[in-house]
Amino acid sequence: MSEQALKELGDDIAAKIGGDVLKVEVRLGELMVTVKRPAILAVLTALRDDPATRFEQLTDITAVDYPDRVERFEVVYQLLSYTHNQRMRVKLATDEDTPVPSAVAVFSAANWFEREVWDLFGIFFENHPDLRRILTDYGFEGHPFRKDFPLTGYVEARYDEDQKRVIYEPVRLTQDFRAFDFLSPWEGMTNVMLPGDEKAALQDGSKKP
Amino acid sequence: MSMTVSTESATGVVATGPNGANSASGPETKTQIKPYTMNFGPQHPAAHGVLRLVMELNGEVVERCDPHIGLLHRGTEKLIEYKTYIQAVPYFDRLDYVSPMCMEHAYVLGIENLLQIKAPLRAQYIRVLFSEITRILNHILSITTGALDVGAITPALWGFEEREILMEFYERVSGARLHANYFRPGGVAWDIPDGLLDDIWAFTERFPKFMDDLESLLTENRIFKQRTVDIGIVTKEQALDWAFTGPMLRGSGVAWDLRKSQPYEVYDRMEFDVPVGLTGDCWARYLVRMEEMKQSLRIIRQCCKEMPAGPYKIEDRKVSPPPRGEMKRSMEALIHHFKLFTEGFHVPAGETYTAIEAPKGEFGVYLVSDGTNKPYRCKIRAPGFAHLQGLDFMSKGHMLADAVANIASMDIVFGEIDR
Repeated sequence: MSEQALKELGDDIAAKIGGDVLKVEVRLGELMVTVKRPAILAVLTALRDDPATRFEQLTDITAVDYPDRVERFEVVYQLLSYTHNQRMRVKLATDEDTPVPSAVAVFSAANWFEREVWDLFGIFFENHPDLRRILTDYGFEGHPFRKDFPLTGYVEARYDEDQKRVIYEPVRLTQDFRAFDFLSPWEGMTNVMLPGDEKAALQDGSKKP
Repeated sequence: MSMTVSTESATGVVATGPNGANSASGPETKTQIKPYTMNFGPQHPAAHGVLRLVMELNGEVVERCDPHIGLLHRGTEKLIEYKTYIQAVPYFDRLDYVSPMCMEHAYVLGIENLLQIKAPLRAQYIRVLFSEITRILNHILSITTGALDVGAITPALWGFEEREILMEFYERVSGARLHANYFRPGGVAWDIPDGLLDDIWAFTERFPKFMDDLESLLTENRIFKQRTVDIGIVTKEQALDWAFTGPMLRGSGVAWDLRKSQPYEVYDRMEFDVPVGLTGDCWARYLVRMEEMKQSLRIIRQCCKEMPAGPYKIEDRKVSPPPRGEMKRSMEALIHHFKLFTEGFHVPAGETYTAIEAPKGEFGVYLVSDGTNKPYRCKIRAPGFAHLQGLDFMSKGHMLADAVANIASMDIVFGEIDR
């Protein structure tokens, strides 16, 4: 579908849903609609049942953490319409404390997707039938996919010969985790055309450096 | 497997054990077995990996089935955030370790989408060729171990022999039998070696014989049908509601294949059919997978026939490294090589969701870039994750042994589910 047609579809959706749509974007040929948090259930239901959209399947729910923002999390719903062969993304913003209405009532598949987001990001879903951790260990503390959670974690597990069981203790690294910052003070491998670059482009015959 | 069985005495009657130790006490002696909870896995041959199922059974009938997953969770998505784009490719082999190249495919297509580049035609053909080899690789394992779960041993022995031949192709092209790390943003790592296409062609001539043998063992086999027909029926509505994709969706009668409906690479030039199941049970899903292998064979033949000459990766030196020979002579090439393998390339800020038809279903990668050399967020949408949460409704009311058949027909692999 062309960018123009996508934009029109986005505007149609915005017109039908009304004031709950904050932003309609088309980037890289993909339609994204940002909505207000409390309206998400109404939006998903409308998108699923409206014959003009028919997004019958909730492909995925995920979140992205932007610690600098006031509402740091962006929850992303990927939708797919089999009738119209069309994809779209619905987004909303939330923070650590504000719950998001659970989509389980609209799509059964949302159950585990939301459990995963709760487990890894600590975003709470309201009215979820069974909001338990899913991927991390039994008794795990913290939400590992937040940007302020260290890659190495806080605890490590090992089998203790004396106690005859697996014990948890603080992470001990023989070598510090090395995160190299390769970003050079110069432009590096960006797409910036530096004086002289055009000569290299001419030589090997490719059109763009 | 460990189980706890508690017996409850009915009013006025002494409870007896299963062997009827006290059965002499009267003809009206009754044993009431309370629904009991059973742990299935995480170490169990039919669990296909580290699946722990907490099952509530009434006698032998499954009443509730709660899969506990995450025993293989490695935090792949978090690790990828700390690696450059190229360094993250090998992680994808380790997701669904039964079909490694398809996982890589989704990821490199996502990066290419963000970079707005397209791989050369030859690279696209190579990728499609190996995606289909991967599909056969995956379906052989899925079908034969599924048959093993319901009691047939021979298919697994025969199938693994064929898999070994396919993995040899993997090895010849990438140097590794399983974790290939072969696809790159903008093409593939190396060109295919001389003679490989001929050998793949010879394989496509031999393979139908294996398929016939396999079919003669399973398709109309009385025991196999008793264990799969009408087991784990998924309706079309349920399949959509539970985000089922791939053979799980097609087995329920939805004619949907991303290779047809949203063609990527050169799939729009390929001639192949999309098989659709009629009944939505385990047997239908088995039949769909069998037919898909035959269709993959057709695509492989077309790729071998039409394989164009030309570069196997993009010539843009800001994305793909220069050839070794050039590095010895050109300063420019040396700098590019150094920068690519330390800093990597920068990806313009943006986000994309790219999905491919992996053997197990829709495998998607949601990539968020902030304009640096590392992904800001990389969410992996694994088909098995969605399928496994449907196990509860699929197994409800079935016997314990049928839950095993259901797990087998879902084709789950924990590398991708736990990520």
